Amino acid sequence: MVVLFILIPFVLLLVLNLPFKFLNARIAFWLSVVLFSTQALFVLINSLFAWSNYPAVLGQFLIFKLWLDPLAFIMLFTIAIVVLVSLLVARSTITTEKRSFNFINLLLVALTGMNATVLVADIFSLYVFVEITAVAVFVLMAIEKNKFAIEGTFKYLVLSMFASVFILTSIAFFILACGDLSFSEIHNAFLANSNIILLNFAIGLFLCGLFIKCGVVPFHGWVPDAYSEAQSAVSVLLAGIVTKITGIYVLMRLFSSVFVLKGSFHNLIMLIGVISIVFAALAAFRQDNIKRMLSYSSISQVGYIVLAIGCGTPLAILGAILHFFNHAIFKSLLFVNAAALEKKFGSTDMSIITGLGSQLPVTSVTSLVGLLSTAGIPPLSGFWSKLIIIIALFNAQQFTYGWIALLASVLTLAYFLFMERNIFLIKTETAPEGSDGVPFGIKFCEILLAAITIGVGLGFPFILNSQILQLKGLLY
Amino acid sequence: MAIDLILLSALLLSAIWTVMTIRLVHSVVGLALTSAILAAIIYRLDSPLAAVFELSVCSGLISVIFITTVSFTQRISKERFIVRRKERLLRFLYLPFIVIIAGLLLVRYLRIPQFSLPLSAQVTDVRLVLWNMRHLDLLGQAIIIIAGVFGVVVFFKEPNK
Repeated sequence: MVVLFILIPFVLLLVLNLPFKFLNARIAFWLSVVLFSTQALFVLINSLFAWSNYPAVLGQFLIFKLWLDPLAFIMLFTIAIVVLVSLLVARSTITTEKRSFNFINLLLVALTGMNATVLVADIFSLYVFVEITAVAVFVLMAIEKNKFAIEGTFKYLVLSMFASVFILTSIAFFILACGDLSFSEIHNAFLANSNIILLNFAIGLFLCGLFIKCGVVPFHGWVPDAYSEAQSAVSVLLAGIVTKITGIYVLMRLFSSVFVLKGSFHNLIMLIGVISIVFAALAAFRQDNIKRMLSYSSISQVGYIVLAIGCGTPLAILGAILHFFNHAIFKSLLFVNAAALEKKFGSTDMSIITGLGSQLPVTSVTSLVGLLSTAGIPPLSGFWSKLIIIIALFNAQQFTYGWIALLASVLTLAYFLFMERNIFLIKTETAPEGSDGVPFGIKFCEILLAAITIGVGLGFPFILNSQILQLKGLLY
Repeated sequence: MAIDLILLSALLLSAIWTVMTIRLVHSVVGLALTSAILAAIIYRLDSPLAAVFELSVCSGLISVIFITTVSFTQRISKERFIVRRKERLLRFLYLPFIVIIAGLLLVRYLRIPQFSLPLSAQVTDVRLVLWNMRHLDLLGQAIIIIAGVFGVVVFFKEPNK
């Protein structure tokens, strides 16, 4: 039944494009809301047995070999939540019927690609579905067709092509070394220690490609333009989930359970992680535009996940998975807040909207939740994941990286408090009174994501027992 | 050996022309030609199936999609064409030199070790590969073509802002 996560969005995409007049943007929106909500709810019924078994008749047709484990459940849940939020934001920010319909179609393509990326058990299929997601996102980014969005898309496209060349070349080396591209065969080749030079060369190339896809420093050139110039709903999608699935998840999956790495690769990944944390946090200080500041903040937070993956201990990988989920939620929340400001004031430039944010009480409160969680303030969700990552670094005797990660949280808090003060806390005499003018869909997303951020933080002991410890199959 | 050198040189020239030409249609033709020469090289490397796919998909299908897309665009004026051609030539003037220097350096210094494909990867029956081993990738191909179609619709069928 696992394959239904791939087939249902694909079939819905085909159905929506049948030549019937009643299949308009409104119908497409509601069908998509049902699909995304269903995916989130079904994934919560976290039973591997239920998803891995199905009637024999179906088995004759559904012959795809897929990989399902607790990590995949967390990814599928995160994808469903962020894609749903992106859809709701698009409903409020894309005004034309035709463009809205095209947005939903491309969102379904991206969902199919991301679900398949999470579930495949073969490195070439992984590449195919990462590219499918990327193609859908290229088009989504330029959907408004303004000059800056197209420029951002072009940068992402060109760098993504370089990433593809690296990844494809490394796949050619993997088939030379292993004779097969399934995860299990590649893992066995590492354990057998055969063709190890070729395998290490392949890993190096794959890593270069993944660093570009993750948007970590120094491969981050495309991220600020792509995140800040895209349409608000696309920014949520990109920052919330796309770069995480096509970059971070692939890194996490391959480097924690498929490849068997040497110490030098661990050190390289940690170094890239820590450079990203510090460089992007410092760069965020210099930004006048909220979306650009959030973009640099994203690079910095992704640095924490990369640092934890590089550390490689079970506790560090656990921290990476948790921070992946938490960051997807609170970064989506902050981009939804930016969408609310853009909708109300037509700009996300801090010099223009200084002091005006106080007119938006829901946005003001939820943005405070998002930024405090990003900075790792207790008891919000970001605190737990950062705490686990830092403890894991100290346990692994990586004291320098641990201290840098800890101190960089202070930087995060500083630039976000600066943003919060400028937009929401300063009272200006010119601020007009009146209704906040933020559409219900955006407010709903703000409250939903803030509730998840607070809920995960407060209920962490329960979630640790019921969900996260199930990951031990991956971790030990 | 002589044929290989001729094919590789033709491949380079065709690829450089594809990048440097200003007309989109010429670029598409250049790409199709590059793919066709690449198919011949792949064939000479004892991979006839890969050569057939390269020829039919990259040289054929992709060119048709590109030509269709180009047909949605507007022709630029003659004056603008002259300016753009000059700009483009200046921008890519260094490209042939870089390619030649890189090629000479690679020939001089790079020693690629010989590897043979493991037996488990040497499958000759294309039906087996496509329908039994890589069916998920076929589904992926279908989805990526659909994504491309939406791309054409968004970029060329919707009015510009």
